[in-house]
Order: sequence, then C-alpha cells, then structure tokens
Amino acid sequence: MGLATREAYGEILKELGEKYENIVVLDADLSKSTKTAVFAKAFPQRFFNVGIAEQNLMGVGAGLAAGGKIPFVSTFAMFAAGRAFEQIRNSICYPKLNVKIAATHAGLTVGEDGASHQAIEDISLMRSIPNMTVIVPADAEETRKAITFAAEYDGPVYIRLGRMAVPDLFTADYTFEHGKAVQLADGKDVTIIATGIMVGAAKEAAKQLQDAGISARVVNIHTIKPIDKEAIIKAAADTGAIVTCEEHSIIGGLGSAVAEVLVENSPVPMERVGVCDTFGESGIPSALLKKYHLTAEDIAAAAKKVISRKK
Amino acid sequence: MAEKLTQEQVSQLEKYAQSIRYSIVQMVTEAQSGHPGGSLSAADILTTLYFAEMNVNPNDPQAAARDRFVLSKGHAAPVLYATLAEKGFFPKEELLTLRRIDSRLQGHPSMKNLPGIDMSTGSLGQGLSAAAGLALAARLDNNASRVYTVLGDGELEEGMVWEAAMFAAHYKLDNLTAFVDFNGLQIDGPISEVLSPLPIPEKWAAFNWHVIKIDGHDIQAIYDAIQTAKTIKGKPTMIVAQTIKGKGVCQMENIADWHGKAPSREQCELFLSQLNELETQ
Repeated sequence: MGLATREAYGEILKELGEKYENIVVLDADLSKSTKTAVFAKAFPQRFFNVGIAEQNLMGVGAGLAAGGKIPFVSTFAMFAAGRAFEQIRNSICYPKLNVKIAATHAGLTVGEDGASHQAIEDISLMRSIPNMTVIVPADAEETRKAITFAAEYDGPVYIRLGRMAVPDLFTADYTFEHGKAVQLADGKDVTIIATGIMVGAAKEAAKQLQDAGISARVVNIHTIKPIDKEAIIKAAADTGAIVTCEEHSIIGGLGSAVAEVLVENSPVPMERVGVCDTFGESGIPSALLKKYHLTAEDIAAAAKKVISRKK
Repeated sequence: MAEKLTQEQVSQLEKYAQSIRYSIVQMVTEAQSGHPGGSLSAADILTTLYFAEMNVNPNDPQAAARDRFVLSKGHAAPVLYATLAEKGFFPKEELLTLRRIDSRLQGHPSMKNLPGIDMSTGSLGQGLSAAAGLALAARLDNNASRVYTVLGDGELEEGMVWEAAMFAAHYKLDNLTAFVDFNGLQIDGPISEVLSPLPIPEKWAAFNWHVIKIDGHDIQAIYDAIQTAKTIKGKPTMIVAQTIKGKGVCQMENIADWHGKAPSREQCELFLSQLNELETQ
C-alpha cells in the first residue's frame, strides 16, 4: 500500500515551499488531517490557521492571491467546495485569482465520520465554475506532480485528495500533463475511464475482465476540467463502449463530464460507476466501497453490461 | 497626530465629493438601474481616501507599492466608479455606460474589467476577508502599502464578516482600515428592524479592533480618523461612519426605497440641480 494522497500533498507542499517563496498556506483547523501541518512546521511564518471559518479561508486566500502570493488553502472537501462554494465562485474564480484549493477527505472513504463529512458533490460543484481547473490525483506520485503543476500554473485550481492510503500506481518518472488523460492499459472491447482512488480499482477490473476474455482499455482522467475530449472520443471510436468510475455522485462528476463529450461527439453505450444519488454512512472505507458498489467487481459488471448494449 | 487639513483642502475635497455625487445620480439614471442611496452615503469616505490619503496613480494602476481599496459593499459600485473617473483612471464619459452590455463598468466591481479596482466584490460579506488577505500579503512583503475597505451596515448581518473580523484582529493586521457606512437602512427597511447588527462599535471593539466613531460626511473627521488608524499598532481599525443614505439629494435622504432604484429622467434633473446648488453654496 502506498501513501494517502493527502500525505503526499503535505510532503510536496513543503518541498515547493522551499522552491517558491511566494507560496503561503492556509488551513481551517484541520492542518493535522489535511497534512498542511508539515508545511506549517517548516515555514511557520508562511502558514496561517484561519480557525473553523471556511468562508474566510477562501476570502483571505483570494486577497493573498490579489496581493501576489500563491496561496494553498486546505480543509475537507465538504467544507471547501460545499460550505464555501460561493466564496470560491465570486472571490476566487470570477476574478481568476491564483488560489489553489487542496481539499482532502473527499468521497465516501472519509469512512467512520459518515455522510455529513463525505463530499460526493464537490467535482460537480467545482467543475461548473468558469475559470476553475479540477484535478483528482489517483496516487501519491500523481498528487506530487499535480500539486507541483498547480503551484506553477496561474489561476484557480481545485485538487481533490483522499483520506485513506491507496496503492502506488506511478513511479517517480511519471509525467503529469495538465488536461491529458493517461492510458494505463490498452483494450478493444470497452474503455474504463476512472479518476482518483477508483483508478486502482479500474486496473483490477480490467484484469478480471481479461480472465473472462474481455479486452478493456483503462484510462486515468486526473484532470476533470479541462477534460481530455480527444482521449474520450478516441476511446469511443476504438472500443465502442465506456464505463466511468468515480468515488463521487454519478450526477455532475466524471461520468457526467465524459457523457457530455460523448453525446456531442460520438455517442456510444456508457455506464457510470459512482454513488447513485444517495448519501453515504459511517463505516470503514472498504465496507463503504463494497456497499455503495465502487469495487473492481462492480466496474467489471458494468463493463459487461455496457458491452452487451453495443449494437 | 498628523496635521489637520486646511480649510482650503476641505473645500476642495467637498467639491470632489459633490462632483462624484453628481456623477452617481447621472450614471444610475442613465443606466436606469443601480444603487444610488448607499453610493451617495459613502461619497465623502471615498473622496477623502482617494483625494487626501491613498497612494494610487491612475497612470500606474498596478503599482506594487500602491494602497489598496476593496469596496466590500460592492453594490455601491457607482461611487467607486465616479471616484476613479474623477481621479483620472478612465474618462468620465465612460460612467454613462454603467451596467450596459460590453461596458467595463459592471453592475458590481470587477477587477479584471476596469483599472483601479483592487478586488472584485458584489456578494456581500466577502470584501473584508479579501482586504485582510491583501493586508497580510503586504505585511509578508514588507510593503508599506495600506488596505482600505468599506462595508455596509446591513452587510454586517453576513456571518463571514465576523470570521474576517476575528482573523484580522488575531493576525494583528494594523495596515488594514475598514469603514462601516452606517446609514441605518437596508433594502427591506431600517437595519434595526430587519435584523439588528446594533450596537456596531461595541461589536468591533469586542472583536479586538480599534474603533473610531465619526460623522461620515465630515471630511475633516474622516481624514483625522484615517490618520489615527495609521498610528494604531497591533490592531486593525474600524471607523464607524454615521452617514445618511442618499446624502446630498434631499428627496433620497433616509429613504430605504432609494437603495436600489434609479431616478426617472425628470427626477434626475431636479436632483442634479440640487447638487449644483450645493456645490455653488
């Protein structure tokens, strides 16, 4: 098992802090959980705890960016994208200010805290705002590269990070290309498009399908916005069927973003694996993923179903 | 204590304020849309800031060392636009494009559209946080620039204002000076009846701000308060400026209805003639 993406965030943020003097970090009383505490320890004079006040977190971030700083602001995804949505929209994205929102504890795998803390709407909310870039890293290495990209890119970025440890998928030589999908396996019968912690499950599903004689392409879409239209259109042309997987509501997230591209360009049968318009609940992450149908087995079943819908 | 303004300086500033009020009435009438009441009430505050205090240069609107201004009560955009035009940031004729399609003068201030706007605002409650962020950035850079912001009194009903109030005091942002344009009225009526944010000075004092109470139409008092704020160390300053909504146009004064209503063209002529008379008095 590798690191949780939030752990990788804490590490790389400290490294970037050494490289870029203009990076400042804000947190809303969750620095030990979001891992911004690592940066805080190294650069106490550039770390500001705003307390349990997420609206102000975003507003101060906007002001710091207007003053020439590169603020990374962190809290749980629920309170960033949810509670402070309108501050993100009006104070950060409308003036296209250079604020990086690194939101941790996204999705059901927050686990025991339950539905009140399980953000399954954040991708949907964030990608609907003009000027916003939305990135969902799949493992520790991709997180390091995505955070580095965010630090060097001029404009608002929302980065969705998770609480639980996830398997390493990429090695140190991995190159992160903004807005470019990453093909992890090729196949001809179906394409599985996954994001975040579901990328590992998608790879596992492809193996299971292979055993059943089905050849599946696996594509990791780390940048949900701007989305890699070309890779999606090519997947539709080459394999004729698509399955999307995300630890997020099937409404408005990766599945919706992919569907939007497909219907306007090359409609093919598609199935969405995600949280089916319901709240989560308390439980250990593995139990939640099983109960809410976010496992490799669920993805493989969706793949078989979508293949059966091909004409 | 800094020197007082001379009587001549005060008279000159009053002339600017009247000219700004004239522009406000003109532009809101031309747009047939906008917020005249709360623009007129803040005219003397913005005049004093821009013409007697702030280090801003219309020829170099992005200068790093400039003082910053955030209109937290963004609906009072007409007073900011009129002030910036008066100061020379853009031609006064452009004021008449307010709220029109393709205009740089958006209904609420947009920093990407118009030179001189340091922060986009309009959604109430958010400007003080941005101003605090700007003040913090200046401090981190050892930049002596100061940050000014104007909030509405009704705006104090927004919870986020108090998050920012705690933040600015906790981090001792003494390069931040805020005003409350205390005109006592919001859209639905008197602030005391809609949802009372009173008492205002005591609240800010309790949040560890230095608080100064003034008559928000007394240019000398506004200037003095700004000078005092610059001497206060370790605390941000809140200047609670008692004002009159619609100040300068007697038919508009203290009437909540003029919060977000444009005068008719006939009314406009009458109002402008009143402002002309005031100027010549």
